[in-house]
Amino acid sequence: MVENAVFRVEGLRKSFGRIEVLGGVSLDLHAGEVTVLMGANGAGKSTLVKVISGVYARGGGAMKLGGKDFAPATPAEAMRAGVVTVHQNINDGVVADLDVATNLTLDRLSGSGAPAFFNPRRVRREAKIVADRMGLAIDLKSRINDLSLADRQMVAIARAMAHEPKVLILDEPTSSLSSAEASRLFALIDRLRAHGVAILYISHRMSDIRRLADRIVSMRDGKISGVFEEKPLDYEGAVNAMLGRRIHLDRIVVNEAAKTVLAVDGLRIAEGARTISLTLGAGEVVAITGLVGVGKTALAETLFGARASLAGTMALNGRPYAPVTPGDAIAAGVFLVAKDRGENGIVQDFNIYENISLPFLKRLSGLGVLNRGVERATARRQIGELGIVCRTERDEMGTLSGGNQQKVMVARWMSQPANLFILDEPFQGVDISARRDIAAKLRASSGGRATLIFVTELDEALETADRVLVMSEHTIVGEHRNADIDMDRLLAEVAGQPLRGAA
Amino acid sequence: MTLRELAIRYGFLVLLFGLIAYFAVSADGFASPQSAVFIFQSVAITGILALGVTATLVVGGFDLSIGSVATSAMMAAAYVMVVLEQNAVVAVAACLLIGVIVGLINGFLIVYMRVPDLLATLGMMFLLVGLQRIPTEGRSIATGMTMPDGSVATGKFSANFLALGRHRFDFFIDNLLPASVVVLLVLALLIWFFLEYTRFGRMMYAVGSNPRAAELAGAPVKAYKIWAYVISGVFASIGGILLAARLGRGDIASGNNLLLDSVAAALIGFAVLGASKPNAFGTAIGALFVGVLLQGLTMMNAPYYTQDFVKGAVLVVALVFTFALSHRGKA
Repeated sequence: MVENAVFRVEGLRKSFGRIEVLGGVSLDLHAGEVTVLMGANGAGKSTLVKVISGVYARGGGAMKLGGKDFAPATPAEAMRAGVVTVHQNINDGVVADLDVATNLTLDRLSGSGAPAFFNPRRVRREAKIVADRMGLAIDLKSRINDLSLADRQMVAIARAMAHEPKVLILDEPTSSLSSAEASRLFALIDRLRAHGVAILYISHRMSDIRRLADRIVSMRDGKISGVFEEKPLDYEGAVNAMLGRRIHLDRIVVNEAAKTVLAVDGLRIAEGARTISLTLGAGEVVAITGLVGVGKTALAETLFGARASLAGTMALNGRPYAPVTPGDAIAAGVFLVAKDRGENGIVQDFNIYENISLPFLKRLSGLGVLNRGVERATARRQIGELGIVCRTERDEMGTLSGGNQQKVMVARWMSQPANLFILDEPFQGVDISARRDIAAKLRASSGGRATLIFVTELDEALETADRVLVMSEHTIVGEHRNADIDMDRLLAEVAGQPLRGAA
Repeated sequence: MTLRELAIRYGFLVLLFGLIAYFAVSADGFASPQSAVFIFQSVAITGILALGVTATLVVGGFDLSIGSVATSAMMAAAYVMVVLEQNAVVAVAACLLIGVIVGLINGFLIVYMRVPDLLATLGMMFLLVGLQRIPTEGRSIATGMTMPDGSVATGKFSANFLALGRHRFDFFIDNLLPASVVVLLVLALLIWFFLEYTRFGRMMYAVGSNPRAAELAGAPVKAYKIWAYVISGVFASIGGILLAARLGRGDIASGNNLLLDSVAAALIGFAVLGASKPNAFGTAIGALFVGVLLQGLTMMNAPYYTQDFVKGAVLVVALVFTFALSHRGKA
């Protein structure tokens, strides 16, 4: 096995500042095999891909391609050496305003030896050769803009394959494809595998992984946490290795819910998905876990009025609850700490107190005129409560660490009493101590409201929640009281195993 | 505070005072109340337009149509009084209505039709430049003019309307303060208070900085954006009213510099007090800065064609202050 490895990575390291993202990763890729790389957000997958494809310089370790040292300084160099990467964002791989033929031959337009004049006929001739080899059935004259996502993806891959690579890396290629489109992609991958290309396939989707994987490598916290290559592949083991199951230090005392706060009935959040029904009680903390892309954020946004549901009803404290905008939800006492704080939460031009007061300006002002004194007093109280490290409440957000920025986001929504408090990936990009602080604060303040957190990492769910619900394929597939959890069943549900006894 | 921070924060104000001191010493008659008032009067209309465009800059947009909204309002005021023979109130109402409608259309194009702000308002600018000339077939409007159908327009500008541009209030010295300067000061105070001290202003800044975060904080982002263009349109139409009142006719050749001067004032405003963002106080100072510079140069007998060059140079320096020296400019 080891002898015929086309591509080898040994002890690869990479740090950003003091944070080590890759802590000695070793990986083999074999010709004619699809190796699936699994890992939660922040496990280091993207960094690994970027080091291999020449975007980042490595911090340590070695890479070998066909027995020779491989140290690309630029993506173009990696490509010429035969390691080709198709990145997650499809539109990075194609130029939308040009036609298919030009896109397929784009890499020949630059570099030394490229002709200075653009000859459409030669371009089309060369493109035809590339397209035929890949079995690409797309009109070469159509513009990328007019193509479906799947077709663009095909073009991006075909363009990558024009270099006749030995190694092909696909970073979550199906994340924006429908299942019919995905199966076309799989057929293409099968053909490449038969041609002897070594493929590294990065994905969270269990259905993709079952369809394609020859081997599975799990990654966690910048290290390889498991390699699975014996048939039949141990999918549950791979999920387990990726999510980890460390012994948690502070075992929580499980609360029982008092009266019902939120009742959801027959909610459908995606076309063709099974409906969701759940109830959340006052004083309990419920975690919903599941892999990336199973609809956790969609559910959170639906509860918050930021996304319309396809069917179903909700009731809040016994009254019908149907928010059309986040404003409706906030007025009803439903708050959301959205994921990706940089994108969805923080107003970068605002200081701490202005960020905290943002959703509640109406309550903090009289006749539309702001009351800065109350704003700043509220912010100071919240800074103390959550232990935000800063000089004053007037500090700029940019001066805070990631963990403290996240605390400000939590502080924002905890500055006013909530009926339902939703947090979507609240521990993303947060160091361990900030994570402990936030979790402790959530549990300590949980009385009187229902708290719902969405997390991919199992540990985070087990550390904070009274109940753990499992999501898969845009619906809820399992429920566990966070005491004596049947971990095997939970992992099977996360991995999308057919449920015992379920239709 | 380091020297660099001091430079960012107070650099432009120091420059302004330095300029005033320089002109006061070297240009006879610069340091007089009359000269100060003249400067204010010369920047009143561009200042008002600049305050309006500041509102669109705050929500992360831009409005290139302000100059043509102002001239359209001017032509409309003249048309209403001279051709339709209506009174001042009707003329003012017609102008304000134009501002509101243009603002709503701009907002609609940008928010719902997803046309990029620069392109939508550029299109609106061309449209208005043409539209304002259609009723008179391209002629300026003045009492006694011949209409396209051969009749003679006999209406005239009402005295009340002209007072908006020509009346001077007593302020320590008789007949010192022109009405247009009072309008500028009132509007500047209003928009400054609105942006800095009301929740609506705060939310507009949030919309400009991170619209997604503002939306998830419950703000009706689309409505805020449209409102910003309405504010811009109304301010521009007020500028147009003052222009008509000053000229006393609907002059198709006037108002050419309005757009560039007011945009320059708003952008210079970014650099005042190291704000690095659109703000009403900075815009007002920016307008004043340009006014002082031009008045001083004029009094020192600098040729007229150097003025545009100087304006451009000031704008470039101000933008360097904003983007190169401040940390926030990099984000």
